[in-house]
Amino acid sequence: MSDIPAPKVNRWPYLIPLAVVLVLAGLFGKRLLDVEQGKDPSLIPTVLENTPMPAFDLTPLPGRGDALRSEDLKGQVTLVNFWGSWCVACVAEHPMLLEIARSGVVKIQGVAWRDEPDASLAWLARHGDPFDKVGQDPRSHAAIGFGVVAAPESFVIDKQGVIRYKEPGIITREKWQATIKPLIERLKSEPLTK
Amino acid sequence: MFTELGHFALALAMVVALIQASVPLIGAQRNNAAWMAVAKPAALMQFALVALSFAALTHAFLVSDFSVLGVYQNSHTAKPLLYKISGVWGNHEGSLLLWVTILAVFGAAVAAFGANLPPALRARALAVQGMISVGFLAFILFSSNPFLRVIPAPGQGQGLNPLLQDPGLAVHPPMLYMGYVGFSMAFSFAVAALIDGRVDAAWARWVRPWTLAAWAFLTLGIGLGSWWSYYTLGWGGWWVWDPVENASFMPWLTGTALLHSAIVVEKREALKSWTILLAIITFSLSLLGTFLVRSGVLTSVHAFAADPTRGIFILALLGLAIGGSLTLYAIRAPQLDGGGAFAPISREGGLLINNLLLTTAAATVLLGTLYPLVTEALEIGKISVGRPYFDGVFIPLMVPLVALLGVGPLLSWKRADLQGALGRLKIAGALAVVGAGATMAIAGVSLVALGAALGFTLALWLAVASLMEWGGRIRFGREGALARLINLPRSAHGMTLAHFGMAVLIAGVTASSAWKQEAIQVMKPGETMDIAGYTMTFKGAVPQQGPNYSAAHATIEVSKGGRPLATLHPELRTYVQPPMQTTFTSIHTNFFSDLYAALGEAQGEDGEYVTRFYYQPLLPFIWYGVILMVLGGFMSLTDRRLRVGAPRRAATKDVDVSDAAPQPAE
Repeated sequence: MSDIPAPKVNRWPYLIPLAVVLVLAGLFGKRLLDVEQGKDPSLIPTVLENTPMPAFDLTPLPGRGDALRSEDLKGQVTLVNFWGSWCVACVAEHPMLLEIARSGVVKIQGVAWRDEPDASLAWLARHGDPFDKVGQDPRSHAAIGFGVVAAPESFVIDKQGVIRYKEPGIITREKWQATIKPLIERLKSEPLTK
Repeated sequence: MFTELGHFALALAMVVALIQASVPLIGAQRNNAAWMAVAKPAALMQFALVALSFAALTHAFLVSDFSVLGVYQNSHTAKPLLYKISGVWGNHEGSLLLWVTILAVFGAAVAAFGANLPPALRARALAVQGMISVGFLAFILFSSNPFLRVIPAPGQGQGLNPLLQDPGLAVHPPMLYMGYVGFSMAFSFAVAALIDGRVDAAWARWVRPWTLAAWAFLTLGIGLGSWWSYYTLGWGGWWVWDPVENASFMPWLTGTALLHSAIVVEKREALKSWTILLAIITFSLSLLGTFLVRSGVLTSVHAFAADPTRGIFILALLGLAIGGSLTLYAIRAPQLDGGGAFAPISREGGLLINNLLLTTAAATVLLGTLYPLVTEALEIGKISVGRPYFDGVFIPLMVPLVALLGVGPLLSWKRADLQGALGRLKIAGALAVVGAGATMAIAGVSLVALGAALGFTLALWLAVASLMEWGGRIRFGREGALARLINLPRSAHGMTLAHFGMAVLIAGVTASSAWKQEAIQVMKPGETMDIAGYTMTFKGAVPQQGPNYSAAHATIEVSKGGRPLATLHPELRTYVQPPMQTTFTSIHTNFFSDLYAALGEAQGEDGEYVTRFYYQPLLPFIWYGVILMVLGGFMSLTDRRLRVGAPRRAATKDVDVSDAAPQPAE
């Protein structure tokens, strides 16, 4: 038969493939854990993460509630969403925001970025209004503070008013369920220290 | 209703797969024929159930049942029929269901046509297939269920990513998966042989057709993907060493090596443990290909299902499959070798070098793909590995491979006469040198021309040598050549076609990368632009309405020497759902070169647009080469010696008698 018992076979070379794979598996595992813990490697690291949010005081949309002020957001976990009636991707994100608002998991604060108040209101009337408060930011004062480069962008702010997460694009269902929602639930259970 | 049925069938399929994975394996260990015989009905049943499940999902897409989450997220009523169907696998969950469906098809094929396999080998191979099925079905059912409902059902779907709405990409995933999953057969047979503790010529004869089929499909799949990125992405390129491209290319490289090393096992009973290892590696890389796209481990434009939870699941799955099989390999493989000895210069020697070069190439691609991951895991920093690295390491490996490819088929088994073989290829060598000289003479002496000359030399050498080897076999021009042509095994024709296709491909790659010309500019209606001797006149762009998009539809007239040649209509499309812009390029080909036009953004108020033109000499040869290679693979597959179930003509001397006796088909 073909398998003539060889007298003395060196077994070590046959272990090399396994060893290589184990090393690779370790690397993959580490990378996945990083992603799991929110260190998504594809993202440009946000310098602002884990720093207090910049202070702002934004005029409300005419006839729509109070001003949006950074001071008022403290004491609760919030999701701050930068949008504009001119932003095509915001239309795509909007159903998800409406769903989040309906679910009651977190209050969404809107920043109408570089927009006309009338256009913002018309847009909300047409597409639905998921926001608790909406502040106008026509001159990008808040947007620059938050380092917003393109709408939509969203930030999770904890009870202390510290930015804990930046979503640099559309909040998709996957991102919401896999990352943002669990993070918010966790932050909600954190005690308010001050 | 159908949806629940599909879900239920999938769960049932998993139960059947569990039985298929265990009972025949125990049966083979205890030599219990009845238990081993369970494999066949189990594999057929699993196929029926998975197919039912796939049909149910397809049905949901066809009737636009938006109460199914996957349909809601990836379909739209305004979408053309083809893309409703391709929407089934245009998303994470559905594509996994496609994967497992193809796996079940292959399993059922072994069950149905494997009558003349040794029963224990068949039982074990099917059991291993069953294990792979269990893993994937569990993954689908527990973390990626395509049958999830949305209640209440939305009135309209979110649409399919417009980039995926393309005929090339509609069929690209099924082809790619046929390749990936096809290699699972080689893997299952390899693991079965390791459990069995025996690898012989009969084993290799069994593995080869599956490998060949998988290879041909994978070649086609990669070709289609490349073609798609060429004509849709609008930047005139066809390969960027993107991690996802690499993910499909690595199993192709090792699969090609496997295809050749299995011949050595079949003919000479040598390189056994190496062949087994290649089978394991190739399928592992196929799994990795699925994994890389699906987990977000490596980020790229393709990663439309970035989700770490699934990633952990896949990692566990990979760990079990690869770690398990390699552990078995470490235990059993040392006993496998022995068998035919051969001199360094021989057909075996040639195939061994081919294998070493191909696997080294695969390893360098793997290194380049994973290197950013490694540096990041070790926190050295963020880096990206791109074309300079890949071109730099890949080309030096391909040059000797192609040089060898010309002469390899002329070497005889055991010990060969290299000088004699080279002597027979004098004409090929001479033509190659002439080709190099001609290239330099026409293109002048420059680094680009030098590279091009090298490419053409290799292409000519390989093309002529392949044809000469083929001509030599049928003794072309002598009496009886036609009869010899007909009697020549199909696999010999297949080899010539595939090797010749490789030469054609090299010519295409060489010319299109050396002499590609491009022009990017803003054009007013009526303006002209000259490129490679052609004059492109931009006639303006008008709005146009498609079924689910609106477009700026441009008209560009191409003329040469004042004579009108063609009219190109590139478009910039804005899809309604999901809202997204894509380019629709327009290509004029004369079958030797392409003129390629893409439309960019509108500029200003006077109908000015950004336009991009590319002149791509010999680029179509890349596609011809791929087609020839695929045809070669399928031609070889029809060889009666490889045909599943065909009795073998002559047994090699050391195959045992029960194996060698022709067995009637069941």
